[in-house]
Amino acid sequence: MSINPAGMGFLSRLAHPGHFLAWSRGWIAPLSWIATALFALGLWLAFFASPEDYQMGGTVRIMYVHVPNAWLAQLCYAIMAVASIGTLVWRHPLAEVAAKAAAPLGAAFTAIALVTGSLWGRPTWGTFWEWDGRMTSTLVLLFIYLGIIALWRSLDDQGRAGRLVAVLTLVGAINIPIVKFSVDWWQTLHQPASILRAGGPSMPFSILAPLLTMTLAFTFLFLALHIVAMRTEIVRRRVDAMQRRHAAELGIEQ
Amino acid sequence: MSPFLAMLRRDLRISARTGGSILTVALFFTLVGALMPFAVGPDRALLARLGPGIVWIAALLALLIAIDRLFRADHEDGTLAALRLAPISLEAIVFAKLIAHWLLTALPLIVITPLLAVLFGLDGDATLRLLLTLLIGTPSLTAFAAIGGALTVSIGRGGLLAPVLILPLCVPTLIFGVAAATPGLPGSDGAALLYLAAFTLLALVIAPFAAALALKMAAD
Repeated sequence: MSINPAGMGFLSRLAHPGHFLAWSRGWIAPLSWIATALFALGLWLAFFASPEDYQMGGTVRIMYVHVPNAWLAQLCYAIMAVASIGTLVWRHPLAEVAAKAAAPLGAAFTAIALVTGSLWGRPTWGTFWEWDGRMTSTLVLLFIYLGIIALWRSLDDQGRAGRLVAVLTLVGAINIPIVKFSVDWWQTLHQPASILRAGGPSMPFSILAPLLTMTLAFTFLFLALHIVAMRTEIVRRRVDAMQRRHAAELGIEQ
Repeated sequence: MSPFLAMLRRDLRISARTGGSILTVALFFTLVGALMPFAVGPDRALLARLGPGIVWIAALLALLIAIDRLFRADHEDGTLAALRLAPISLEAIVFAKLIAHWLLTALPLIVITPLLAVLFGLDGDATLRLLLTLLIGTPSLTAFAAIGGALTVSIGRGGLLAPVLILPLCVPTLIFGVAAATPGLPGSDGAALLYLAAFTLLALVIAPFAAALALKMAAD
């Protein structure tokens, strides 16, 4: 890749799936170990080293799982949006794989964020579901993730699927902030702000520490899972190509 | 005649000569609206309060049902491939088709709406409000329908996929549309209508480009 030595050099070298497989192999173990260590530290901080909230009691600890997942739900979409630009503008083969691998992860993080939010809401708000602005827009985000996965799965030609999904992802990227705004606006329209806000602006360090540790832990978990999922997708495409070639050869022999 | 107008006229004329399908969409819309009192009960006060929301949901469903009519036939018989050689861009062609599709599917719904308004016991002021919001809001639904239709045009049994893809994107239209149409809500005094108009304009700007891009991808 001597044509473009600076800037895109690294990315264009990775464009070859074989290079990516070789390069990424070394990353899985370190990322997994860092995630494990952070989870151990985070869980210890969350369960033993942090106090109960004076209002929420022990349920404040649900936040240590909820907040990281809510953050990853959005990070995943941002990664998919960037990958979609990579797909449409540079037709980077790895961008497609990255977008496809991120979609189910994003959907899972979003679902966990919703479930933990709902479990937290039961003792705190007295109901599993509140049409709160944040919960509602997260629900819409989950539907968008599921739609993207459905589109991936309804096309056989993965190259074409990748480009179509990229268009949808980018339309979603423009629209999600508007959905968020409209839902917030709708929520204030229908019910005056009577809901307890989690934590409040001034969080003590004892709560902040497990929160940040768990956020980092989940982020490293995501990175490890994403790389594994991308490698799986590359291998799956290779198997697919081999099977096609094999079928074609059989056809010639007959 | 400019290519843009020719495109618009072509779509309108095809629909006029084949007929039928406009009636089906409008009938579906009326049926969804008319069935709702059976589900929630014939309480007049309740129906008057839910009326605008019911009409909006019925319009959303009816427009989603009609998505496949936008591009599918033209994609399958090769017209779209031929149209890419036209002297205007595919984006402009998509925009012309979008306008034609709105005239053929959304406008009939708006014409029928006063009938549903009578069934729900909406007064004159509420009916006018509802008509205004539908007039301003439905183009955004058609715009998203174009994106969904273009994304699924190469999938044989598109079916429910396009609605599933674009329904989440229509949330703002529904929120601002119903808020602007329901008297008594704090946002109904103009803000909601302005947001609705802004969202429609944005959707109309994005849709031709996104849909044209998707159509090109689907044809490659």
